[in-house]
Amino acid sequence: MATAPEITTNPQPRVSRRPFVARLLELVPEALVVTGLGAPSYDVFAAGDRDENFYLWGAMGGAVSVGLGLALAQPERSVLVITGDGEMLMGIGSLATVGVQQPANLSIVVLDNGHYGETGMQPSHTSQGVDLAGIARASGIADSSKILDPAEVGRLAARVAARSGPLFAQVLIDTDEPPRALPSRDGVHVKNRFRAALGLEPF
Amino acid sequence: MRDVVLTTEEEGVGVVAGAWLGGQRAALLMQSSGVDNCVNMFSLLDSCRFPFLALVTMRGEYAEFNPWQSPMGRRTQAALELMGIRVYRASHPDEVGEVVNAALESAFLAGEQVAVLLAQSLIGRKKWERN
Repeated sequence: MATAPEITTNPQPRVSRRPFVARLLELVPEALVVTGLGAPSYDVFAAGDRDENFYLWGAMGGAVSVGLGLALAQPERSVLVITGDGEMLMGIGSLATVGVQQPANLSIVVLDNGHYGETGMQPSHTSQGVDLAGIARASGIADSSKILDPAEVGRLAARVAARSGPLFAQVLIDTDEPPRALPSRDGVHVKNRFRAALGLEPF
Repeated sequence: MRDVVLTTEEEGVGVVAGAWLGGQRAALLMQSSGVDNCVNMFSLLDSCRFPFLALVTMRGEYAEFNPWQSPMGRRTQAALELMGIRVYRASHPDEVGEVVNAALESAFLAGEQVAVLLAQSLIGRKKWERN
């Protein structure tokens, strides 16, 4: 008899987003980072602004795609996408594209609070049974996992740095909303300084 | 050259932008019906002024059997222009090379966003009967 599919109920307690992101970035100082719009951009900026961060303020659903293009262009660098559950759901097909491309240097970290924080904390599909790590694994990203314990950050950082991916980590965070920390909204500036950090001209 | 097959055209806007961030040139190939799938993602190009080149094969404009292609085919150019993308068109085989070359220069020498529409008359009629 077939067993029923496991429905994800997100057990308590959950990870606190700011310290987790700050520690992760501290442990992978060489990574090129792409952030999904909203709180993940604030979390990464709050950990310390750096030229190798590309913050999205829009283009919802595009963070993984931008990270994929970057990972293919810079195969010797770790590329780390940090985004939220709502942004990931909007670009869910991009996980399938990553699964096909298998970029070894691409890591996707989804900070999953199960809600759309930027628009008033409406529940997202991930708080209603949709299993992002399961989707990632079924899309061909073999190294897909859920992180419930902040102590796992060290192991995650080591996997990001190893470039033996692609990897996908769904970090179950609490719904606390830390103070906004706003990175530059000047996309041209952020793009050009990112390229300059790689030794590239504006165009 | 590396090809990245997508699940939806808007992914391609992100992928080519990411490739540019990392120092590579990329082009997005799609059919006219995919242009509207990209509209919000085109904001990435405008907000960050990414060089952008799209090659778009047209449907719904010439000897089209399937009327469901027409709504987007009639509006492909307008949708691109509405989002700030310059539009070139090639209708004859002998002009494709020149037009695509001009678009390449616009995108990667001038940093513009540009699309080349490859006319349906250029591509030929789709064969609907399969034996």
